[in-house]
Amino acid sequence: MDNINIIFKRELNGYFSTPIAYVFIVIFLLLSGVFTFHLGGFFGRGQADLQAFFTFHPWLYLFLIPALSMRLWAEERKSGSIELILTLPISITDAVLGKFLAAWAFTGIALALTFPMWITVNYLGSPDNMVIVAGYIGSLLMAGGFLAMGSSISALTKNQVIAFIISVVVCLMFILSGLPMVLDFFNGWASQTIVDVISSFSFLTHFNAMSKGVIDLRDLVYFISLMAFWLFANIVFIEMKKAD
Amino acid sequence: MNSVEISHLRKDFGRFTAVADLSFTVKQGEVLGFLGPNGAGKSTTMKMITGFLTPTAGTAKICGFDILSQPIDAKKKIGYLPEGAPAYPDMNPEDFLNFIAEIRGLQGDIKRKRVREVIEKVNLGNVAHQSIDTLSKGYKRRVGLAQAILHDPDVLILDEPTDGLDPNQKHEVRTLIKNMAKEKVIILSTHILEEVNAVCTRAIIIANGKIVADGTPEQLEAKSPQKRLDDVFRSMTM
Ligand SMILES: Nc1ncnc2c1ncn2[C@@H]1O[C@H](COP(=O)(O)OP(=O)(O)O)[C@@H](O)[C@H]1O
Ligand SMILES: [Mg+2]
Repeated sequence: MDNINIIFKRELNGYFSTPIAYVFIVIFLLLSGVFTFHLGGFFGRGQADLQAFFTFHPWLYLFLIPALSMRLWAEERKSGSIELILTLPISITDAVLGKFLAAWAFTGIALALTFPMWITVNYLGSPDNMVIVAGYIGSLLMAGGFLAMGSSISALTKNQVIAFIISVVVCLMFILSGLPMVLDFFNGWASQTIVDVISSFSFLTHFNAMSKGVIDLRDLVYFISLMAFWLFANIVFIEMKKAD
Repeated sequence: MNSVEISHLRKDFGRFTAVADLSFTVKQGEVLGFLGPNGAGKSTTMKMITGFLTPTAGTAKICGFDILSQPIDAKKKIGYLPEGAPAYPDMNPEDFLNFIAEIRGLQGDIKRKRVREVIEKVNLGNVAHQSIDTLSKGYKRRVGLAQAILHDPDVLILDEPTDGLDPNQKHEVRTLIKNMAKEKVIILSTHILEEVNAVCTRAIIIANGKIVADGTPEQLEAKSPQKRLDDVFRSMTM
């Protein structure tokens, strides 16, 4: 626990000691604004909620999270600091978790900075704030899922560009598998069970429910097991190919 | 008694054998110079001893702790300067050393005092607040050295500690190593032969992953008619 905490602190400070943090946060806020007000028709909807805001989060994360996660391990490999960290008296699990949690906390900070949006809906109308809280929890969990995948993929290469591209593709598959379009394609010939399985792997299926205010245990379990699975893969990847 | 026991260490990369069945023991007070031409397998051996690379066969015991089955205990005993002295480039030396100190279990005043001491010891004072990626090669090497000696380890493993340093810096580092030698096990790799005479009590020459000579610098020199280490090195590793 101590070690995780020490790694966590170093990593989180690391974000703010480079321009990465500020660039990420500004782009995140800008894009959430554009999506919500422009594409989402926030005002046109005439409803006091943040649906328009949350709907676009999967797509926002699709590019922003891999941009954040690509450096997690690829950079350690590139600079050689992976040799330093793996010869210190800490377990690989501690290192993986510390780095992941810092990245997750960082996205949490970016997400928290969208609070003016929340204030705005409360100023304009009287939204159900519990629905909004559920939306934020869902969004944070989804970000964690994306990050765990991205971190794991970043552990496989020392090239950040490759890590980025592969992460986007993998994340995209996890989003697409819930789109009606894709499911309709499978509906034509696959059995209902298969279609259900495919859609149950999707971020969208699980996130949409939460963004509408429904916190279902199954959705929580989905996101948590997704993170656990990818972080475990991350540990295995590092263990398997430490040196090259 | 501090020691490093290496038994039948081997590392294959695919079909290529970088280190072949290496065995030797280094005891407290010894400064072992690990010599060999580029590509001989020095760094690979050190990476296995420090637990970074998993050996294809064999193992190393650090003060009795097996690096494969008790990695955390073994790593606590070791201070390691990897080849090229990697660090976190965005940090400054002081923050970096504080981070390492915390991982090494130092806290509060003890941590601060110890970090101050090593910064002084390796002469990092005037760059302590400058980010590491802006430092010259010599300073980066010193940051790596500071990191390795921070917790006053029983075993020091230094991969080319004086590579890229100017003659004054080399002298400083060698003095530092000599002053620590008594209560530690020190293994340092080098391909600079004068270094062996300057600091080592024992030298092992390896070539193609195998030991080709092992003895005190005097014993090795005695193998050449001119009593010159370079001649021995050349004849052994050509
Ligand atoms: N990750 C790796 N994959 C394949 N070959 C490697 C790897 N690391 C080292 N080698 C090879 O192993 C040999 C020994 O390398 P190294 O231990 O770095 O030598 P030294 O430190 O003595 O110069 C070299 O031929 C090197 O090319
Ligand atoms: Mg080397």
